[in-house]
Amino acid sequence: MSSSSTEQLTTDQVAHLASLARIALTPDEITKLTGELGVIIDSVARVNEVASADVPATSHPIPLSNVFRADVPGETLTTEQALSGAPDHDGSRFRVSAILGEEQ
Amino acid sequence: MTDLTRLSAAALSEKLQAGEVSSVEVTRAHLDRIAAVDGDVHAFLHVSSAALDTAQAVDDKRAAGEKLGPLAGVPIAIKDVLCTMDMPSTAGSRMLEGWVPPYDATVVRKLREADLVPLGKTNMDEFAMGSSTEHSAYGPTRNPWDLERIPGGSGGGSAAAVAAFEAPLALGSDTGGSIRQPAAVTGSVGVKPTYGGVSRYGAIALASSLDQVGPVTRTVLDAALLHDVIGGHDPRDSTSLRDEWPSFATAAREGAASKSLAGVRVGVVKELNGDGFQAGVHSRFAESLELMASAGAEIVEVSAPSFEYAINAYYLILPAEASSNLAKFDSVRFGLRVTPESGGTVEDVMAATRAAGFGDEVKRRVILGTYALSAGYYDAYYGSAQKVRTLIQRDFAAAFEQADVLVSPAAPTTAFKLGEKLDDPLAMYLNDITTIPANLAGVPGMGLPMGLAPEDGLPTGIQFMAPAREDVRLYRVGSALEALLEDKWGHTLISRAPDLSLGEEFAAMEGAV
Repeated sequence: MSSSSTEQLTTDQVAHLASLARIALTPDEITKLTGELGVIIDSVARVNEVASADVPATSHPIPLSNVFRADVPGETLTTEQALSGAPDHDGSRFRVSAILGEEQ
Repeated sequence: MTDLTRLSAAALSEKLQAGEVSSVEVTRAHLDRIAAVDGDVHAFLHVSSAALDTAQAVDDKRAAGEKLGPLAGVPIAIKDVLCTMDMPSTAGSRMLEGWVPPYDATVVRKLREADLVPLGKTNMDEFAMGSSTEHSAYGPTRNPWDLERIPGGSGGGSAAAVAAFEAPLALGSDTGGSIRQPAAVTGSVGVKPTYGGVSRYGAIALASSLDQVGPVTRTVLDAALLHDVIGGHDPRDSTSLRDEWPSFATAAREGAASKSLAGVRVGVVKELNGDGFQAGVHSRFAESLELMASAGAEIVEVSAPSFEYAINAYYLILPAEASSNLAKFDSVRFGLRVTPESGGTVEDVMAATRAAGFGDEVKRRVILGTYALSAGYYDAYYGSAQKVRTLIQRDFAAAFEQADVLVSPAAPTTAFKLGEKLDDPLAMYLNDITTIPANLAGVPGMGLPMGLAPEDGLPTGIQFMAPAREDVRLYRVGSALEALLEDKWGHTLISRAPDLSLGEEFAAMEGAV
């Protein structure tokens, strides 16, 4: 039943996933992870053995609906507090390096 | 004079209220104990410099005749996943090294309002990903029963802190067993409340649909007293339940006083008592069942066939939610920033930061979660895992028609050696096989000691589970079994733990330290 056994995870896929997840992995890490994740995915794919079409999905253990609060300003962080843990800021804004690269 | 660190929080509370001891004395005793043994145990990542001042302030309030809560003046250790305004909150990660949050988690605010005394922050697997604390960026915590062994995880620091008498109380968080499994392997007590029973606001999120904060203690009554302080609705957590909760301490006192389980239907989950469990875990579990039967419980076997798939579903749902939750560590608003040598765009900085700031296990799970959520795989993996979640909830519903509480061992083995499972992620994941179903269904669970395994002399734990919102049953039944076991043994389990400070004193006499 396992769909993944016919479809092995490749190093190219792991490299692509790492770029999507914004983690700069080394080639060694990619190779190691490809093996480890392959074993894990083979195991977790077992969920397909019982997850038939007639079973509804559960996203939340104890469903709540319409969780609202009054539309009034609450207690919020001051600018100083919000910036207190930032690696870099100009006193009122977070400072980052260029958003676009040269090729963009 | 009594060694104050050996007393339960309930006993300390009585002495504090009677004026026999001051909070300063109690707090100093625990700080001294930390100084004596934490070099070996490494339960703490940070020890508060404000603890004695806080204790003095509580003593002053008491002297002024203010009405104080039952745990006022009692020290507590706080898992480093919880935000504290006056102490760094790293979640065991380099990503947040030295980060001091601009706000308190709601549970921490409640501790302060109830006049407990925060002692410090406890070690954990990075972002709570692990079952041994070996994935902490700051080095592992060691099990007070055997310093060569793991204290469980992710909350090994909190469990070791109470088991080593460094704190009478601690807070933990439980996403798949991170409170109950460490309790099992350190001979302590831990409770994962009903999902939504305790606020998650200010708990650094791992998997938001599974995470729950709860008490870590040495006795069931102490867990109940702490649960009474931290529980209840919080408008800052949209998943927080609005229920009125009964006094868990009252339930624990009733259970311990009665030592009776008359009329209680105890369901043994067939699928959580199978092969692969250590012999001593099996035998102690069987003895606990016999003891409960002799106290009037009706023992029934229940079947939960979908539990077999719980661990598979969990390792899809958790990484998926974690990969999303950990996206906030982007080098912009808080935490680490690493700029590549060649400079680069904000995305290059982000990728370099996350490469340097996340450990191996975090990278593994973030990539796995990214895979499970990616187009073309979503239905087969994340979608199917959510269906398994429905099946597990149905199994619980059916089981709770036959039983008032369910039981299983709280962990399949006693504490294993440090390093033993570090290179085999799948083997590490199997440590949570008995605890994960409760998280997937949102039901409450408790781990408490059920004796030492004959083969290795290490603690084993039993797990109780109750229907959602029925946490009170755990305290009533758990405290009854605890009292019955201690009557049988003639002592508490934790009193058998080796005296860590002796090693230190002997070494001092030899001139080694």
